[in-house]
Amino acid sequence: MAEKDLIWRIAGGSGDGIDSTSQNFAKALMRSGLNVFTHRHYPSRIRGGHTYVEVRAGNGPVGSRGDGYNFLLTLGDSFARNPGEDAYYGDEEVKPLTENLDELNEGGIIVYDEGLLDEEDVAETDLEQRAEENDWHLYPVDLRGIAREYGRDVMRNTAGVGVTAALLDIDVSYFEELISASMSGDIKEANLNVLEDAYEQAQEFEHTHDWSAPEGDGHDEEQALLSGSDTISYGALDEGCRFISGYPMTPWTDVFTIMSQNLPKFGGISEQVEDEIAAAALALGASHMGVKSMSGSSGGGFALMSEPLGLAEMTETPIVLVEAMRAGPSTGLPTKPEQGDLEHILYTSQGDSSRVVFAPANVRECYTQTRQAFKIAYEYQIPTIVAYDQKLQGELRNVPVSFFDEEPNSDPGAVLTEEEIQEAAHHASGKFNRFQHDPEDGSNVSPRSVPGQKDGRFLATGNEHNESGHIDEDPENRVIQMERRVGKLADIREELDGLDTTHQTYKGPEDADYGIITWGSQQGTVFEAVDRLNDAGHSVKAIGVSDLMPYPEEDVTEFLESVDEALVVEMNATAQFRGLTQKELGRFGEKMSSLLKYNGNPFEPDEIVEGFETSIDDGELPHQRMKYVPAAGD
Amino acid sequence: MSAFSAIDEEREIDRDEFTPGIEPQPTWCPGCGDFGVLKALKQAMPEVGRTPDETLLCTGIGCSGKLNSYFESYGFHTIHGRSLPVARAAKLANPGVEVIAAGGDGDGYGIGGNHFIHTARENHDMTYIVFNNEIFGLTKGQTSPTSPKGHKSKTQPSGSAKEPLRPLSLSLSAGASYIARTAAVNPNQAADIIAEAIEHDGFAHVDFLTQCPTWNKDAKQYVPYTDIQQSDDYDHDINDRREAAEMMYETETKLHEGEILTGRYYVDDDRPSYGQEKRAIGEMPEEPLAERYFDEDADWDRTYDLIDKHT
Repeated sequence: MAEKDLIWRIAGGSGDGIDSTSQNFAKALMRSGLNVFTHRHYPSRIRGGHTYVEVRAGNGPVGSRGDGYNFLLTLGDSFARNPGEDAYYGDEEVKPLTENLDELNEGGIIVYDEGLLDEEDVAETDLEQRAEENDWHLYPVDLRGIAREYGRDVMRNTAGVGVTAALLDIDVSYFEELISASMSGDIKEANLNVLEDAYEQAQEFEHTHDWSAPEGDGHDEEQALLSGSDTISYGALDEGCRFISGYPMTPWTDVFTIMSQNLPKFGGISEQVEDEIAAAALALGASHMGVKSMSGSSGGGFALMSEPLGLAEMTETPIVLVEAMRAGPSTGLPTKPEQGDLEHILYTSQGDSSRVVFAPANVRECYTQTRQAFKIAYEYQIPTIVAYDQKLQGELRNVPVSFFDEEPNSDPGAVLTEEEIQEAAHHASGKFNRFQHDPEDGSNVSPRSVPGQKDGRFLATGNEHNESGHIDEDPENRVIQMERRVGKLADIREELDGLDTTHQTYKGPEDADYGIITWGSQQGTVFEAVDRLNDAGHSVKAIGVSDLMPYPEEDVTEFLESVDEALVVEMNATAQFRGLTQKELGRFGEKMSSLLKYNGNPFEPDEIVEGFETSIDDGELPHQRMKYVPAAGD
Repeated sequence: MSAFSAIDEEREIDRDEFTPGIEPQPTWCPGCGDFGVLKALKQAMPEVGRTPDETLLCTGIGCSGKLNSYFESYGFHTIHGRSLPVARAAKLANPGVEVIAAGGDGDGYGIGGNHFIHTARENHDMTYIVFNNEIFGLTKGQTSPTSPKGHKSKTQPSGSAKEPLRPLSLSLSAGASYIARTAAVNPNQAADIIAEAIEHDGFAHVDFLTQCPTWNKDAKQYVPYTDIQQSDDYDHDINDRREAAEMMYETETKLHEGEILTGRYYVDDDRPSYGQEKRAIGEMPEEPLAERYFDEDADWDRTYDLIDKHT
């Protein structure tokens, strides 16, 4: 059984170092030559509450969380360590053990901290009985005892890693290297001692399980471990973005933090401001001066940006906004993923919307599509939104280092130099015609000047305006300006369709009978399901859509025409993307059914398999985690 | 070489340059105080030596927002209450440009109050002119944040139950480093104060009393006024925060008793502007950020150099 993927789950209380431990664990396995993928699950609390991270590692491509998992390292809960809270949080200590059991696969391994967990508490649970039923292998270890012997209680996480390495035959030197590189002084020594002692103790255990971690085949080239937030930030920096303004909100805070830490080094400016209205308005102010700028937020904060977003559309001020979706409505599930903001992103703000929206599907696409978002925004003077979610924000994946060996691009797009301004059209009064009715070369983009340039004066206003920007309610002017602004979307669609690589991604045999359509972060999971379905004898292919506006009409039409039926998979309750597709294409309502999930957890591959089989049988789902909505007329 | 040759260009400047050829005649109501702001601003610009091409005027929404249409410069007529966040980022992006923001009392003290507080707190190097007519004019006469208690309007038929906001005191608490009040009926003082505000290195707040003859008929024309610097009755130290606070409180109270006090209330020349603070901690480049996009020799770092820590 050595070749199955390892899906290792570390569970404990928020504050127990679950995140940092899992990152190091993933990195160690990456260095050992495996592909890795992480999945985070955490509550909206500072300390306490149940949190876990899964690290999936294998030699095949791992583009999704797995189905269930096969190794549980449970530390117990730090919040319960506070003796003063015993009365209220009486059984919290044992929850990271008991609450994780439902998804543990048969034959799985459980390591728990018998130093922290009372023997009687464990005995009171049905752990023993369930272990027997499911062939689980229990390894109680005094992790706290080992941690205390060399350092502090919190080093229980390091002890757990040492035990894991011993039980799964993982070369412990990868962990030693990471600890040595990331820590220093007494802390480093203590952690190394804890690791070594735990590893040695666990090697002496009688191993009742008969499987180990897959041995890495090795990588052809050096790998890096990054999240979607890392690569959105890096894409922005490489595209010459040197200004960000924001207000903290989960999960958007990740990008804002990474940018704020790097921008000063890159000679840029980061501003944390009083609210999201200001955040978007500042980014507009900087962009108006010719600086490539961005802002962003999550659902509620993005709602506050609606009016500045409309101002960007009306004044044709380039801007890139990130929308890191989390489950709504309102405060919703602050730390859980959902794709429920699609319509919010597409349509928020008054009037007809003229904006571009990309939804990258993975760590690589976050980089390339963020770069594309800046190019489009500045070339076409249009707000561009990169929509991702709490899932993609936190999941780490290995990518070849060479992927990032790209040249930066500082081109500010359709901006004139002072020499060009002298040649450009002006109003008789001397004002620059920044909003020409019919810009040269048939384009809908009228190049801009920026304040401080000689003879470039114009007025930017949220009112309808004439060529030099002055407020103007003349019907003829109104129609011309509207058509030019909205017309840019067709031009952008044409440019995107002409690119060497489309933003839409395909999986499965071209001549398949059935299709699955998804968008954004669910792509990796859907693609894994497509492989399984074809292995099981079904004839299925999938398309992962990233261009949401302007809608990729040709790509999706071609896909839908080529299949008998299609299942649209998305993380929301009202089938928003399916609705968008019907609106944009004006047909296919009878071909598309929906598989929806909105319980706060992303899809697992087998759930999509199950949903697909339900859809072709027109049956019913066996449980309430998902919802199946048949096609029109079915 | 700068890509912005208008900045710090040495030449004679005529106040007529600030009258736009497209809309030379404002459409404000006859007798409106807004004319006074426009006139004072046009008069101040040549005094401070700034040209239309090196000036960015950001306005909010309302009668005051029309200032952008009647004042020749680069302009950004934003959305209701949001002139300040647009303006302050513009200043950070290109500190060489003269940035002036303007809006009404509803715009700045009501819907945009949060931005007013924080822009003052951060002490951005810019000028903020608030057209204070104690009323919502463009929407036809509703009670505003500075309307006096008891003020009757269509939306407050029994008279406002709210005490008016104290704009000068609020500005001082929030952190503005230049605070003055002037009135449309006092054009020379107004022009001097606006010139001083523009030259001040920090957030300069000018509460500009602008009578609304159409919708605030029972309100005063802001005459007779007293210039507290010219009057023998008042003698506060404008560099002293405590004395300034007392003088502001008295001024705000007396306004509704019919006595109009104007002048300079507080000046702190020592406090560094936000840009200076940010540069001091290494979070803002020495060269204007806007220049770099025009500089063919500029170095652009790339994130490939950051990837090592992820391996």
